[in-house]
Amino acid sequence: MARAVTPQRKALNTAIAWGIGLLIFFPILWTILTSFKTEAQAISDPPVFLFFDWTLENYSVVQERSDYMRFLWNSVIIAGGSTILGIIIAIPAAWSMAFVPSKRTKDILLWMLSTKMLPAVGVLYPIYLIFIRMGILDTRLGLVVVLMLINLPIIVWMLYTYFREIPGEILEAARMDGASLKEEILYVLTPMAMPGIASTLLLNIILAWNEAFWTLNLTAAKAAPLTAFIASYSSPEGLFYAKLSAASTMAIAPILILGWFSQKQLVSGLTFGAVK
Amino acid sequence: MSLKNAFRAATALSVLATSAAYAETITIATVNNGDMIRMQGLTDDFTEKTGHEVEWVTLEENVLRQRVTTDISARGGQFDIMTIGMYEAPIWAKNNWLVPLDDLPAEYDVDDLLPAMRGGLSLDGTLYAAPFYGESSMIMYRTDLMEEAGLEMPDAPTWEFVADAARKMTDKDNEIYGICLRGKAGWGENMAFLTATANSFGARWFDENWTPQFDSEAWSNTLNFYIDLMNEAGPPGASNNGFNENLSLFQQGKCGMWIDATVAASFVTNPDDSTVADKVGFALAPDTGLGKRSNWLWAWALAIPAGTQKEDVAKEFINWATSKEYIELVASKEGWANVPPGARTSLYENANYKDIPFAQMTLDSILSADPNNPAVDPVPYVGVQFAAIPEFAGIATQVGQEFSAALAGQQSAEEALEKAQALTVDEMEAAGY
Repeated sequence: MARAVTPQRKALNTAIAWGIGLLIFFPILWTILTSFKTEAQAISDPPVFLFFDWTLENYSVVQERSDYMRFLWNSVIIAGGSTILGIIIAIPAAWSMAFVPSKRTKDILLWMLSTKMLPAVGVLYPIYLIFIRMGILDTRLGLVVVLMLINLPIIVWMLYTYFREIPGEILEAARMDGASLKEEILYVLTPMAMPGIASTLLLNIILAWNEAFWTLNLTAAKAAPLTAFIASYSSPEGLFYAKLSAASTMAIAPILILGWFSQKQLVSGLTFGAVK
Repeated sequence: MSLKNAFRAATALSVLATSAAYAETITIATVNNGDMIRMQGLTDDFTEKTGHEVEWVTLEENVLRQRVTTDISARGGQFDIMTIGMYEAPIWAKNNWLVPLDDLPAEYDVDDLLPAMRGGLSLDGTLYAAPFYGESSMIMYRTDLMEEAGLEMPDAPTWEFVADAARKMTDKDNEIYGICLRGKAGWGENMAFLTATANSFGARWFDENWTPQFDSEAWSNTLNFYIDLMNEAGPPGASNNGFNENLSLFQQGKCGMWIDATVAASFVTNPDDSTVADKVGFALAPDTGLGKRSNWLWAWALAIPAGTQKEDVAKEFINWATSKEYIELVASKEGWANVPPGARTSLYENANYKDIPFAQMTLDSILSADPNNPAVDPVPYVGVQFAAIPEFAGIATQVGQEFSAALAGQQSAEEALEKAQALTVDEMEAAGY
């Protein structure tokens, strides 16, 4: 039976939830607002919130100075490519860990996660030297591979958690009906785990899209994604906050829109298995 | 096809092929500041003249530093030209990471480069990076507030005068603070300012045997003076303020004086951004009568990493971007106030440029800084607001954190100096000095 909730209590909860939501969203909102201000309004004290002369000048300056589409395209390929490649590798891995665990499965899972505990800069030089040798510095292929490797532990962990919720008997039934391993994974497991796979996919696209260490350090002019686009507008000597905000808004807009439209899948995927 | 025609066609094709092969694309890494962005906008002129294309990688200063250092030390070959500062130039030249610029054409007129700039970008007399623009630091002050305080700013004030004026100009109730100075920790932030200030108080980083000097009376005087002054006449939260924060305060009319990079002069006098554009005066950075002023010296310069495949084209670009003709080009398109300052003597002899209000003070500031002889006492290092050794950036950032904590009131000046001395001794011993 549902617990009785008084209307007052409900209103209070709603207000608190909205308050926290707005608080978290406020920096992004402020960035978007600042992108429509002049540089002088951007730093004015007291700050102006909504009542200023809205201008699109910053966007036109940014458009004129940088080839936004090139950065955007690089971001799409790198984030999309690394995530898809990661999923392709992680599904069989998670399958074996979830359905045919060995004595060492738990250790392997932990060991995989431990690779995330080393600060990225610790392996910058080795990776840089490998990239030079292989001739893949400043290429999208190089970044797809690196970001895939970086996010792979998270992808495997997420998929493993979702797969564990699926009763192994269903897979057994499929096997008894004569399904091969490939068919079992492709036609039985994958469709059932779709919400989990979708949310893993979305979360990892967001992580790869925002990744700013490797994408800045392994690119120059050709493969630079939107993170490099933002970095080109940051300046310690000169107040260009409005232009920086315009560049930031342009960089986050695609992922913000993607997140907005897919929030249902994201939420259902992330809470999948939370209640047993 | 007759043999003759075939021959003609072959010749035409080979000519096309050679010119196509000759038209190269070079990649340049640079920082995001006004002069560099302007240069990017004018690159078409270079392409028109030479046929070569340019690809730009613009990054924030600290990101750029990390990015190009990784590439050059690993010999990644990602960049044909790198924008580097006066700190990197001699260190990288010593590591044989840079191509010497000793064969620039006669019309480049290398002797026209300001001696301080040329000196700071050379190793053993050989130029390794061509200065694109240079800067020093100076006092920017509010002429109206100075008048209200009943004072007149001399062209070359002492620290005593500046401190007195700052206290008189301060009106905390109306959010007017007599002086705004850097407090944010970092070797290029508060330590740039404090090292230059320490020079004027007779302090130095190291003695001639590379022994750290933070236990000296001169350093104690410097840090105590700075903290007392900022507590009495500085803005609240000054330990978080860097260039941009102080620029913002000054533009909103909250600072009586601000001692910082000469490049700020064009920002604070720009009526589009600054509320005090018509009330700004300039003076040399202060001294204490010991013979050294507290101004620094910096240049953003273009250098060619050793091992690039396109050295010739890179040299052509540097020759174009740091030439006298480039200055003329900017002046004709964007006006004299927007030409890159501080690199060439001839610019300051130009009648058109002399009308710019801060031109002379910028030149005087640059001329009064000597990177080879920065402190009152002799030192073993080169650099005014830094010591050009690889260990400096790391050490100075830690020292900067101690000094910033002292400004924030978390520890006393003496405690900060003790810690600074201890950590510098450790690091220098570990580095084998």
